[in-house]
Amino acid sequence: MPQLLSGNEACAIGALRAGVRFFAGYPITPSTEIAEYFARELPRLGGTYIQMEDEIGSICCMNGATAAGLKAMTATSGPGFSLMQEGIGYSIMAELPCIIVNVMRGGPATGTPTRSSQGDLMQARHGTHGDHPIIALCPWSVRECFDLTVEAVDVSERLRLPVILLMDEVVGHMRETVELPLRVETWKPSNPRRPKEEYFHYGDETNYDSDIASFGEGFRVHLTGLVHRKDGLPTNDPETIRWNMDRLRRKVDDNASWLWDLTYEDLGAETVIVCYGSSARSATEAKNLYQRKTGRSVGIIRLRMVWPFPQQRMVSLLRSARRVIVPEMNMGQMNRSVERAVSPDVPVISVQRYDGEMLTPGEIVDAIGREVPSARPLPEEDLHPGFSIADDEEF
Amino acid sequence: MLHECPPGPVGDFLDRFRLDERFPHILCPGCGIGTAMGTMVRSLAELGIGEDELCVVSGIGCSSRVPGYMDTDTFHTLHGRAIPAATGVKQAKPELTLVVYGGDGDIMAIGGNHFIHAARRNMDITVFVVNNRTYAMTGGQYSPTTPTHEKAATAPFGNCERSFDICFMARASGAMFVARSTTYHVAHLKKMMKLALTKTGFSVVEIVSQCPTLYGRHQRIGDGVKMLQWFRDNSVDVSKVEDPWQEQERFVIGVLHDREEVPPYTALYQRVREAAQQADSA
Ligand SMILES: Cc1ncc(C[n+]2csc(CCOP(=O)(O)OP(=O)(O)O)c2C)c(N)n1
Ligand code: SF4
Repeated sequence: MPQLLSGNEACAIGALRAGVRFFAGYPITPSTEIAEYFARELPRLGGTYIQMEDEIGSICCMNGATAAGLKAMTATSGPGFSLMQEGIGYSIMAELPCIIVNVMRGGPATGTPTRSSQGDLMQARHGTHGDHPIIALCPWSVRECFDLTVEAVDVSERLRLPVILLMDEVVGHMRETVELPLRVETWKPSNPRRPKEEYFHYGDETNYDSDIASFGEGFRVHLTGLVHRKDGLPTNDPETIRWNMDRLRRKVDDNASWLWDLTYEDLGAETVIVCYGSSARSATEAKNLYQRKTGRSVGIIRLRMVWPFPQQRMVSLLRSARRVIVPEMNMGQMNRSVERAVSPDVPVISVQRYDGEMLTPGEIVDAIGREVPSARPLPEEDLHPGFSIADDEEF
Repeated sequence: MLHECPPGPVGDFLDRFRLDERFPHILCPGCGIGTAMGTMVRSLAELGIGEDELCVVSGIGCSSRVPGYMDTDTFHTLHGRAIPAATGVKQAKPELTLVVYGGDGDIMAIGGNHFIHAARRNMDITVFVVNNRTYAMTGGQYSPTTPTHEKAATAPFGNCERSFDICFMARASGAMFVARSTTYHVAHLKKMMKLALTKTGFSVVEIVSQCPTLYGRHQRIGDGVKMLQWFRDNSVDVSKVEDPWQEQERFVIGVLHDREEVPPYTALYQRVREAAQQADSA
């Protein structure tokens, strides 16, 4: 049955259908609807919605529920996401497969609570201290808020890592008619079938899909945020520190090829747009407009998973691009990663908007047509005069 | 050494909760944390709480290292965050006994807000606060329980702040059971711990403990033995004071607050579930 839903609601529905039964949070715009949805629906399903005293408490409480075997989630926005950073590090270190939603708003500090932004892209990657792997997904539509929440649950379980869902105010509050599947499939670990003497909580050397015990199952699980051995107890031994750090790194590195999630089109074109989240909506529209106006096609790559950044994949997808456009609702964050994926003579144009408004297709069209200095000058015929869209009523 | 404890009931208790290969532990000679841990283990054993029915949660600090020596489910979380983490575990597995074990800095300073709200929520967890009046693990800086005027690593001219009373805070925040004891009064401490563990709802035992390495040195009290003598000579039973909340100089020990139980959060939330399900079928 088709339903008219907001992205925030679709995210909560996706979580429930994927088995999330615990939510700890603290209200904050523009993510609050997710908490309200859980407060209403979780008790009906025998789950728990708990409103903590702050976001630090929220993430730690969620980590606790995860350690005790529940599929758990929290949702927040900018300031709350900042407060959660230490706790996200704990989820990573202890390998707790939970979901953290950040519906982005403008920052820093209280910033623009009711306006949209993609300013937390880098915070999602590097917000918590120390070297660490991060997985972050970035939906661009209501349907994708559902789909990527389900994917987040699946990936978190497979890799035993937290997954960040980077939504933004536009995607969270946008309403679209969608038809959502009632059943979804996600991978789940089995319960250990070994005696507790043979059980090591971090004992799986080669794959991460093994059997996992939770608190209260008789396996005497030890969790710590300190570097630990395979039995979960802390150590300062350099060899074990390296083992623990490598183990975390390999979770993402060894699985990158199936993890990467992106869509692309028309990559034969000389100009390619790299985009994500709600900016990708404007970018797609810009591509269509430009094609219609000029008859020239524009390539587009849309990242559904923004972290890990699909470096090798981007290198091959952008091989024939002569210029790359990166539209973002921030002061230019992903453009740096894109620069590293193309040769230095390919200009990477960062199209930025940070006034709380969405990028318009026109702004991106302008950038496609803009003349840019390049180390290797483009052939004459490759330069298209930009055209102003202000006087074109179609926009 | 701890792991050569004599045979008999006490040895059996320690054997049950002890991770042998972790010893010797990192605590200093004469430290009170081990005494408090041993007393906790005996209390758990005497109450018949099994290793597989228990989860011991801590934050960061000397005191918070205790779970790492225990053979049960252990959860060594972030500095100050043991209580919210225990809240998540309890709500996910209500049948488990949850014990939070940590220092005065961990639970009352950085974790103070969580302490207040878990008490208000009446989470069914038992909190053992080891009060050594200092941030020991980081080198003896002043904590919220360091008395005014005392010197500390970050108060070389004397602490200008007022300290606060952990037990008073617990009672004011809505705890069901609040008691205080010291590492000198081991039998008394065990009694307090057992009462706290038996009480349903948020219960707190403040354990006045010695940190001879830092606090004892800064206050020029002396070694562990001197500090224990200081506890012995300066403690008074709650029955012998007019108003336990007004005592400034002595350690008032005993049950300071034991109120009629109200349902813990887990039970209250179960009612929310029932209401939601009833609304569904209506
Ligand atoms: C967020 C954070 N801030 C500071 C620290 C450093 N730190 C570690 S233990 C500690 C104080 C411990 O004092 P207390 O809780 O009283 O325990 P004790 O060592 O006295 O037993 C501090 C400040 C930390 N680990 N994390
Ligand atoms: S520093 Fe103090 S509290 Fe820490 S182990 Fe040593 S004596 Fe105990």
